[in-house]
Amino acid sequence: MAAEKHTLDTSKWIDNYADYLFNYSISRVNNSDLAKDLVQETFFAGLKSAKNFKGKASERTWLVSILKRKIIDHYRKINSKKGQAEVRMNFYNDGENEGNWIEERVPQSWDNASEKKIETEELRSQIDICIDNLPEKYAMVFRMKTIQEFETEEICKELDISASNLWVMIHRARTQLRKCMEDNWFNN
Amino acid sequence: MFESLKITCDEATTICDKNQYGEASIKELIKLNLHFIKCRICAKYTKQNMTLTKLYKGHASSCKERTHCMTGEDKEALRKALQEGSPAFKEVGS
Repeated sequence: MAAEKHTLDTSKWIDNYADYLFNYSISRVNNSDLAKDLVQETFFAGLKSAKNFKGKASERTWLVSILKRKIIDHYRKINSKKGQAEVRMNFYNDGENEGNWIEERVPQSWDNASEKKIETEELRSQIDICIDNLPEKYAMVFRMKTIQEFETEEICKELDISASNLWVMIHRARTQLRKCMEDNWFNN
Repeated sequence: MFESLKITCDEATTICDKNQYGEASIKELIKLNLHFIKCRICAKYTKQNMTLTKLYKGHASSCKERTHCMTGEDKEALRKALQEGSPAFKEVGS
């Protein structure tokens, strides 16, 4: 028996898929305007290549696969941006101290850690501020792994990066975030 | 033999960060724990990292409860953009 062949009905795209695609984008790029742009670009690309739709996948799966390409394109763009703010170094990267903590970046004691652990709206917004201070690609990878809790494999596949590359980015993001939380939350 | 298990603070904290997601290997964890014997800074980093992981997890669960939708206005703007930008918007599939 032949599998059911899917068809496209572009007139219902916005009603049926705009929210789904928007939600999908925003959980990756965390920026409402950018997410809207990605959805629009996805629909445009979908319209342009509608003739190539073979009906093997559902309409939604097909649109998501286009959106995934758009997200990779965006990631590559932010990854290659020249002169982008690099994450601050926490360790010496050459010389005899290579790999050791840079003195002024050494973790300080958090005397009030226990009382500051309580979850509040204020804490959440401080975490968001610190994540937003990261270079965009680190923020994106950190959010996907830590906030959206995606599997490592899934992120590597979606962004076309290796696992070791991902862990280096997570490490840089987390050491930077630790310092930001130390200065603005634990020890202020 | 122990020389191969020696790591820098940068490597130790990378393993520690990986371990926050439960994805460090046994060999990495051995290296990390050997490193702690001589490095109290990284031990402190690890302790603080666990605190941060708890905070991030709390933040994650509140973020994941949220579903983002486009406003009616946004959808209208999108519809308009598609109609203007692509003649295929109405024709294809109809």
